[in-house]
Amino acid sequence: MSGTEGQDRHPLFLPLVVAGGLVFGFGLGLSHMARPEVVLNFLQFEDFGLLFVLGTGSVVAGTAFAIGVNFLDKAPLTGRPYARRLKSFDRNVLTGGVIFGVGWGVSGICPGAAYASLGIGNYPILLAIGGMFLGAYAQGLWRTYRSEDNATAAANAD
Amino acid sequence: MEPLVTFGELFPHGIWRYAIGGALIGLGTAAIYLGTAIPAGASTFFESTLSYVSDVPRFNRAKYVMSRDWRVAFTLSIVAGAAIYALAFGDFGWTTSVSWWRLLGGGLLVGVGTRIGKGCTSGHGICGVGSVAPTSLVNVATFLAVAIVTAQVMQALGVTP
Repeated sequence: MSGTEGQDRHPLFLPLVVAGGLVFGFGLGLSHMARPEVVLNFLQFEDFGLLFVLGTGSVVAGTAFAIGVNFLDKAPLTGRPYARRLKSFDRNVLTGGVIFGVGWGVSGICPGAAYASLGIGNYPILLAIGGMFLGAYAQGLWRTYRSEDNATAAANAD
Repeated sequence: MEPLVTFGELFPHGIWRYAIGGALIGLGTAAIYLGTAIPAGASTFFESTLSYVSDVPRFNRAKYVMSRDWRVAFTLSIVAGAAIYALAFGDFGWTTSVSWWRLLGGGLLVGVGTRIGKGCTSGHGICGVGSVAPTSLVNVATFLAVAIVTAQVMQALGVTP
């Protein structure tokens, strides 16, 4: 990841991240996704407007991905080659999707929307953000212990 | 002949605030991507920020340590961007009436799920769907379906809100 760290970093790197984050957060506020009630209304089929958030968001971002991958060489601020966001598929993608879905259905909030929710002054959302940190921490610990168990089992195997 | 459902029933608040808000979310993602080639999702922030306070090697992998400062900046900018929206539109100070245990418990599961599933609503939903990535399409279809069932079961059980 050359060009994203320390002195190598282009002077416009952080300003661009900040500008992008401001627009991203403004959009989350305007879309009302920062309100758990609006997400729950969508999931309960009372207002389908959220489909347009996912729709226009992924089309606009997708256009940028397509332009970068097909017509551009390397990113000006990092020197990284443009690539699609591709993650390998395994059972975890389904397991994670199910757990995330239960959590989103219970709370009506997801990570980006939770940050934006704090921005509109909805301080009770700190409970959700705290929960997300705890969940990510617990998952990391569990993965660590599980891989240590596997390593021990492999070392003990003939 | 009367239509089975009217536009107003499907979209009681119209579509423009959703469509324009979504387009801005996409625009912020697009700007960062075109400048840096980084598909910025919101939830890697948890692991990368945990690397500041935890010695667990998993949180201290290079990809988290190298990105943790700009991910903090990205997250604080999302908070600030939403604050600018709220102040500009007279929407600041609204608070949710969703119960504390739903926020905390749901947030906990969201935190576990996004890390197991390699992404969240912005990583898989905006960047992954925008990349027409099969893994992300499967993940989004899964969490959408499960979330719909979960929310409707909670509603049927009389949990409001």
